[in-house]
Amino acid sequence: MRALTWHGTHDVRVETVDDPEIINPRDAIIKVTSTAICGSDLHLYDGVIPAMRPGDVLGHEFMGEVVETGPGSTLEKGQRVVVPFTISCGRCFHCTIQQYSCCSNSNPAEKQDMSEMLYGHAMAGLFGYSHLTGGYSGGQAEYVRVPFSDIGPVVVPDHLEDDQVLFLSDILPTGWMGAENADIGPDDTVAVWGCGPVGLFAVQSALAMGAARVIAIDHYPHRLELARKLGAKIINFRQTDVREALMEMSGGIGVDAVIDAVGLEAHGFAIDNMLDIVKQKVGFGADRASALKQAILAVRKGGRVSVPGVYGGMSDKFPIGAVMEKGLQLRAGQTHVQKYTAQLLAKIEAGEIDTTFLISHHLPLDDAAEGYRNFHDKQNEWTKVILRPGMESARRSKEEERARESEHA
Amino acid sequence: MPKHDNRLVGAAVGLGLVGAAAIGGILATRRKRRGNSDDAPGRTARRGLASFGKYEVVGRSVTIARPRQELFAFWRDFQNLPDFMENVLAVRPGADGRSIWTVRGPAGTDVDIETRIAREEPGRLIAWRSVEGSEIDTEGRVEFEDAPGERGTRVTAIIAYDPPAGTLGRTVAKLFMREPEVQARHDLRRFKMLMEAGEIATSARTADATRHARMEA
Repeated sequence: MRALTWHGTHDVRVETVDDPEIINPRDAIIKVTSTAICGSDLHLYDGVIPAMRPGDVLGHEFMGEVVETGPGSTLEKGQRVVVPFTISCGRCFHCTIQQYSCCSNSNPAEKQDMSEMLYGHAMAGLFGYSHLTGGYSGGQAEYVRVPFSDIGPVVVPDHLEDDQVLFLSDILPTGWMGAENADIGPDDTVAVWGCGPVGLFAVQSALAMGAARVIAIDHYPHRLELARKLGAKIINFRQTDVREALMEMSGGIGVDAVIDAVGLEAHGFAIDNMLDIVKQKVGFGADRASALKQAILAVRKGGRVSVPGVYGGMSDKFPIGAVMEKGLQLRAGQTHVQKYTAQLLAKIEAGEIDTTFLISHHLPLDDAAEGYRNFHDKQNEWTKVILRPGMESARRSKEEERARESEHA
Repeated sequence: MPKHDNRLVGAAVGLGLVGAAAIGGILATRRKRRGNSDDAPGRTARRGLASFGKYEVVGRSVTIARPRQELFAFWRDFQNLPDFMENVLAVRPGADGRSIWTVRGPAGTDVDIETRIAREEPGRLIAWRSVEGSEIDTEGRVEFEDAPGERGTRVTAIIAYDPPAGTLGRTVAKLFMREPEVQARHDLRRFKMLMEAGEIATSARTADATRHARMEA
């Protein structure tokens, strides 16, 4: 099959690799119809997430048709499913209390040691990500082996298009959980750092949860405009002093809750951010947490800090004093996707949540490398890229035409 | 390295949860002689503080969301052990209730070890020990106790071993020190997966690429 593989920093390629097979009883094989490039794929692209190996198949936002099932799967051939990016057994202690991304049984036994050393515990397996989370082949491919297929995949009704439901795999529940972790009440002002797909869904979710006002922070005009269309007030941090603005926009109290939808590659001008960039480059693994640091200083006393943005290592100069002295609550985590899919699918069907507004590009899977390059380099315009394995590649057909011509010549 | 020694090293590496070398009932009478005086298990003492005489002790606990009796019964049927113990290739019944374990060695060499049950408390504890004259002396113990509330069963596996002396001994000991601990940890994780999820997680894409298939190849 064709699949997008990682080979190093800014080096991803569409190659032919072995087709996946049913290995365990609860497995299913999905034929991918749509798959997206996620902001967290860009962290892999930039080489700042540890434990990647050349040849790894990326992609953790995907959906498709069930083409094969193991004896323990509850899926049926021909069903259309969206697959959560978290691989969860559904039966361990964590899964039974709906902490699906903490599943104890989906990260292979021999791959858990490194995470235990780094984090104290190993997390659930994830599709198309680091070997810290199992190194499972991902969904930017024609086919995917889906373990525990009786727990994760959501069967979707035929009248909903791929574009309407694909984001149930990650970014929609991630934005939703980001807002839920901010404990939003009706009089609250909530600030969201980052207007990428997760930030935009966090904005939409916070408003749906009844926030009085949501303020979105970014520096890409087009992304800020998308947030404004959803009903947020916006701050462009290239033009405005964010902390001062947030104090003034919240009547001098400070915002009630803050959501960091940026993660470990925050842009920033502070000296320590520059040092962190250098440390990341030399493999020291210092996460650049300038968005989170700013959010912690901006949130009101006794406020809530929610972190859906991805971090993987250590951060220097973390303002722990502000967390303690201001009495803040901090919540974070990879998304417990399976906890949210049913309720969010119902909201999509009822028209309460729109997922299609942020899609900027559809590309054939064969053009995935180009999709990565543009999503990375042109963030203002390339807000979300969907890859379709079945879509005709203009470049590929041109290449084939050329090949045919040279054969005839 | 003479062939016999080579096999010893390999078998020791292969033993994992089984443990290796003569330990003369250290597990049954295990008592800290010095070291941590708090409530933590002796095996968690800071390096150099705990002493078990000449023995090295490794151990690990895992909580499994299944009933105690079920876990005990599965483990007690030693023929099930190769399902989750990576380096135990097969266990077959021997004479007088004994078992013969075939353990993976290096470069395709396998070693047979005859074991007997040293102690058994149904639903609670199984200890086993190699019979005298076995090529390798081993001892292991696994305990099952109810976890708080609805959390299932706490399973604790402990290995003690006596690292051999000499230059070869040090090489072996190095392997002993690292491998049984790592292997025990992995084996217990696989046991938990098998009992809770009904299968052992693999991130392989094809059947040929699984860890098991690659070890057999």
